Amino acid sequence: MTTTDAPAAAGTPAAPAKPLLEVSGVTMRFGGLTAVNNVSLTVGEGEIIGLIGPNGAGKTTFFNCLTGLYVPTEGRVAYRGTVLPPKPHLVTQAGIARTFQNIRLFANMTVLENVLVGRHTRTREGLFSAILRGPGYHRAEAESRARAMELLEFTGLADKAEHLARNLPYGEQRKLEIARALASDPGLLLLDEPTAGMNPQETRAAEELVFAIRDQGVSVLVIEHDMRFIFNLCDRTAVLVQGQKIVEGDRETVQSDERVITAYLGAPLEGTTAATETDQ
Amino acid sequence: MTTTPGTETTPVIPLPARAAALLTGLGATTTAASALMSWTWTSDFPGDLTYYGSPAGLQWLALTGGLLTLTLLLATHGTPGLRWAAPARSHNAVLLAAVGAFAVSWFSVIAIAAHLGGLANLDPGGWVAALGSLLALAGSLALPLDRRDRVPLRLLDRRLFLLVPAAPIAWFGAHAVPGDKPVAPVLTALAGALLIAAGLVVLIQLGHLAHTWLRPGTVRRPLPAARELPSWAEVLLIVAAFAVGLFAITFGIDTEYGELFTGYLLLAAGVVAALGKAGLLARLRALTVKHRPVTTGAAFAAAAGFPFTQTSDQYTSVAANILIFATVALGLNIVVGLAGLLDLGYVAFLGVGAYAAALVSGSPASPIHVQFPFWAAMLTGAAVSMVFGVLIGAPTLRLRGDYLAIVTLGFGEIFRITMLNLNGTTGPKVTNGSNGIPRIPDLEIFGFDLGKPHTVAGVELGRFSNYYLLMLLVTAFVVLVFARVGNSRIGRAWVAIREDETAAEAMGINGFRLKLLAFALGACLAGLAGTVQAHVSYTVTPDQYTFAEALPPNSAFLLAAVILGGMGTISGPLAGATLLFLIPKKLEFLSNYQLLAFGIALIVLMRVRPEGLIPNRRRQLEFHEADIPAQASGDAVALTKAGA
Repeated sequence: MTTTDAPAAAGTPAAPAKPLLEVSGVTMRFGGLTAVNNVSLTVGEGEIIGLIGPNGAGKTTFFNCLTGLYVPTEGRVAYRGTVLPPKPHLVTQAGIARTFQNIRLFANMTVLENVLVGRHTRTREGLFSAILRGPGYHRAEAESRARAMELLEFTGLADKAEHLARNLPYGEQRKLEIARALASDPGLLLLDEPTAGMNPQETRAAEELVFAIRDQGVSVLVIEHDMRFIFNLCDRTAVLVQGQKIVEGDRETVQSDERVITAYLGAPLEGTTAATETDQ
Repeated sequence: MTTTPGTETTPVIPLPARAAALLTGLGATTTAASALMSWTWTSDFPGDLTYYGSPAGLQWLALTGGLLTLTLLLATHGTPGLRWAAPARSHNAVLLAAVGAFAVSWFSVIAIAAHLGGLANLDPGGWVAALGSLLALAGSLALPLDRRDRVPLRLLDRRLFLLVPAAPIAWFGAHAVPGDKPVAPVLTALAGALLIAAGLVVLIQLGHLAHTWLRPGTVRRPLPAARELPSWAEVLLIVAAFAVGLFAITFGIDTEYGELFTGYLLLAAGVVAALGKAGLLARLRALTVKHRPVTTGAAFAAAAGFPFTQTSDQYTSVAANILIFATVALGLNIVVGLAGLLDLGYVAFLGVGAYAAALVSGSPASPIHVQFPFWAAMLTGAAVSMVFGVLIGAPTLRLRGDYLAIVTLGFGEIFRITMLNLNGTTGPKVTNGSNGIPRIPDLEIFGFDLGKPHTVAGVELGRFSNYYLLMLLVTAFVVLVFARVGNSRIGRAWVAIREDETAAEAMGINGFRLKLLAFALGACLAGLAGTVQAHVSYTVTPDQYTFAEALPPNSAFLLAAVILGGMGTISGPLAGATLLFLIPKKLEFLSNYQLLAFGIALIVLMRVRPEGLIPNRRRQLEFHEADIPAQASGDAVALTKAGA
């Protein structure tokens, strides 16, 4: 199912120039439980989109539907006009990289090796090439290393390249996850709570990092609880409550929306089913 | 001196420092000197320890232990000219060497007394060795040792100690039942099991007490920078180290009687631990890293030199089998150590390779009456094994963890039973069932008959020497494959899958395909070794390829070799396989207690070195996190927040 050059979603408030990711009507049910209910979202090139919502609203489940960890019950996820196959490695290959809410680094590999693993889809050297070690192998390996070091410079981890990932302090582990995700040269980066557990200075540094990533031409979709972080950063923000997207728009639209306020203050929303967020 | 938190540098036995050093030196010298005396009056004890002025067997070990203790003592005290021998300046090295010397001396003396029936059989030399090594041990305990400042926690549940009085009562109770009652053997077996359990409880408790008393620890001192040497001197040092290693290993393989091998193991454990603590192994490692090609070449040359030190086939056959076992263990290390797939039926792939080679070997018992040339037989074995790897892997690798282990265990057994059943009565006649395929002809490579002795450089190389050298080439090939693949895009993907499969997939790694690749490559390498094995052992039978048995190679031993040796390394499984092959062989003098002793040895090894004998950097850090220098983090707040 390939739609070529689909028209920009007309209904969205600030229609992006060129859609990169188009999610339409994604629903995820676990048995009788609807974790994500008919959510549509569009991310344009060079945009930073925020996704907020109370705990258990289905944000991470939604992410997992995008990255192929879950196969959505209904709906369609298309990247650059092509429907994504529901396999995580194919999604990454297509150009969507992600980080995890609870850091999932390769703890017993070095920092550099972690980033090199991220290069996997962008390199082709197979078993025989590794055994024979021809000139092509050496060139590819050197290029991978150069790109990985570049990314470590970019995230400020270059001097720790030979440390084990598990020995990095918390904030740097978050940065390494981002560097590893960027290593697959994505067009869209999905960040799942990148500032969880960070102090204000680190959060500000993370903001700078996300802007720098956008400046490199990578769109970003970010889940966060830190409202200041989200509103400083995002061109648009979608609010997910009990599996449903209740509003999407810029800072003022979201902040002034009655339903958002009710949801965050804990009053139940009328006419919705109970939902839960399934974290990994 | 830098202090490390949680440790102190104090003696275990309070003695003036000078007295302690003197006592140790005196004890070590006495131990060494005792080797020049007669230890027993009769040559009935193996090795003939009756001569004055001419050490033999166990006496050489005592001499080595004594001299090493003395050298390390002098070096640690900074004696000019010897300082290079103990760069780490830790007295624990002296203690460990003294423990090694003590263990080998007392083991010898006790073995003499037990073997010949009484202490009266000891000559003065034996008494001197025992006393000297005891003095050295006591003296080294009074040296300022690196110790933990806290006592480790109690290990055992208090209630377990009820076993200690209960077991003998049960034992006598079981023997009180008349022997003709049918329950008698069952009761005796149960009581025996209770006795063993009680013995283990006592052993563990004794170990715990010793640990609380000694509190051995590690104080980190920066190693002083090594003196700059010209690179030819460094290369010479590496070559010398390998020559010493070759000599030590040859000595271990050549040990003609179990007592000598046990003594050798006791001393070797002490010596290696002592050299490690002294910092010499770190120095050697730094050198080998600097001159890697030289190191690899030296290791290969040392291994290739082994048959030239042998006059008969007796030990070259052992060595050839060790190489086969070690090569298969290295193949398994790709599957288990790199990709993290627990394969409990791996020996089946060795069997597939061996059977494939046997079928095309031209053996009269083979239903396929063809005789492939050597290279074609090897390729066939490897290819068939790889196909089996893919066939078994494709359905099973969708499982994770324990499930995969169970299914591979099942497939290992299915292979054996299938080979049993393809005997012409319960199935088509392919493998002759339990009789196997006998009379496999010797390999002939370009007119060179491996079955016949050949004279090379004035040394006659017998059949097993030929196969040993062929197998060495196969091992070198497997080492090359492991080293190159392990450190490549594919190898990194395997390690990533082992660490976190979900995250690896999110990084664009096709988990299933890469796991299948690991499985197929592992199977292929095992099959390659199998083709040689078929020719070395003349006959291929199904019961060579069981899950567990008293003798290697079998799946359990292969896995043990990988884990004992060190997962994910090259030298680890090679060392582990060598030890696991030799220990059961050399423990035969313990007859009925062989397996018990072997089991205890394994438990002790895993307790002392959970990361394996030769761990890779990652595993070492995993198990000894406390020893890693603390990282400057400065975000304790963030950590507590992240915990929510």
